[in-house]
Amino acid sequence: MVIVEFLGPIALAPIELEAKTLGDVATVLQANALLEPWLGKCAVAVNDNMVKDMGYLLKDGDRISLLPPVCGG
Amino acid sequence: MVEIYDGSLDVKSIFNRWFDEQRNNNYGAFIPFVGVIRDEDGIDGLSFDIYEPILAQWFDGWQEKAKARGALLKMAHSRGDVWLHTSSYISAVFSPKRRVALMLIDEFVEDFKANAPIWKYDLRDGARIYAEDRSTPMNGAGLLGGKL
Repeated sequence: MVIVEFLGPIALAPIELEAKTLGDVATVLQANALLEPWLGKCAVAVNDNMVKDMGYLLKDGDRISLLPPVCGG
Repeated sequence: MVEIYDGSLDVKSIFNRWFDEQRNNNYGAFIPFVGVIRDEDGIDGLSFDIYEPILAQWFDGWQEKAKARGALLKMAHSRGDVWLHTSSYISAVFSPKRRVALMLIDEFVEDFKANAPIWKYDLRDGARIYAEDRSTPMNGAGLLGGKL
């Protein structure tokens, strides 16, 4: 199992799911109507490291974070 | 290290402390940047969420870039609600020479706007509204939204 958390304004509780790659995570999240609008504009981190590779291999217990568009200052 | 404070920043005391900490380290230039919340579009203020672990990594990466140019970066940001005409963000560059400091403050503040994991909300009539139209997708955004 991996856990997916949603940062900032997405305001959804974390979810747990079975996934071997980020592609598996995308498959699950794209089926969620509340999340689908966010996916095209969110960056992704695994265990607090930014990831840009859809084929990234996940391990049991990994924590995936979705980071929506930012605006500090 | 990024300094994070609940509510408005005490700009003068933070800058004074940074200056006092560095004044004997032979930096010839100290360039501060202050972000002040403007009265526009009927807002009462702004509010901020911060994701600290990735903010720390982002800042550490910039500190390494600054160090390679002989400079030092400082930054403080607010969390939660910040009212009009007060500051939510300050940063500074110390460097031996002014040219490096002027270039770095420009590059650093621009990347801060685009890639620091901080989310802004307008405070209006008691509501906290995500400032989506002023927000920027981070580098690599959209990974999970593509065709499978």
